[in-house]
Amino acid sequence: METRAARSREAFEAMATEAIPGLYALARRLTDRGAEDLVQDCLLRAYRAYATLEEEAAGPAWLRRILVNAFRDRLRKEARSVDEVAVEDVEGFSLYRTLAEEDPFPYSETLHLDFLHAFGREDVRAVLLRLPVRYRAPLVLRYMEGFSTKEIARLLDEPIGTVLAQLHRGRKLFERELWDYANEAGLLVKGGAR
Amino acid sequence: MTEDAGLIPCSEAVRQLWEYLDRALSPEDQARVEQHLAFCRRCCGELEFARELQAFLATHAAEEIPEPVRDSLQRFVRELEG
Repeated sequence: METRAARSREAFEAMATEAIPGLYALARRLTDRGAEDLVQDCLLRAYRAYATLEEEAAGPAWLRRILVNAFRDRLRKEARSVDEVAVEDVEGFSLYRTLAEEDPFPYSETLHLDFLHAFGREDVRAVLLRLPVRYRAPLVLRYMEGFSTKEIARLLDEPIGTVLAQLHRGRKLFERELWDYANEAGLLVKGGAR
Repeated sequence: MTEDAGLIPCSEAVRQLWEYLDRALSPEDQARVEQHLAFCRRCCGELEFARELQAFLATHAAEEIPEPVRDSLQRFVRELEG
């Protein structure tokens, strides 16, 4: 007869296996190296705490939160310097306006969309990784993972005002890095189609 | 558009567009941005582009996991011990 522990183990395995691709994708956007290690760390923590998960349906979100916690702990352990970016450096930048002024695809009637379509998945990751982590993490969690600002503040253990400021600067930096990357990587040639 | 009759200038409206889309502004600021957008065509373009950028980020969230990495992580799960 199957024991309760064995059933629980089986359920964990099924939940974790299902979640692995999403956790890995999140880890790859949060960190430039060691994504697989970060997912392992998350899975180990989750396995140890599995008994505390009350509802199976909450499992995927629970795992993502554990991964973000592991990421935050790793940052603290590494005591990585936080690269401050002066607001004025990016505040005045508008990608919308820059595209309209520079007009990289002169024959396009959908210039702004064409610009975005020139980016593949790896390009987007490369752009994100150019952002200092303090701006990248909130941006990824808010706009790619759908966490609320309040939840991000809790996960990253930061005051909500700090997260809002990081999101603001992060968005501006992301826009500027999209433009710089597109120029450097040659995405603006031949209508952006690669 | 310039600052006139209590309207906020373009620079301020543009600065707040993502927060506006996220509904993260106070009701007063939300109304000010809305009022600006009602008159300023260029900022409506900025707003539309901010929407497109949000969708762009959301659609680039998923990615293929390389098979060896998936296999290795699945093996890791199977080998966890209580």
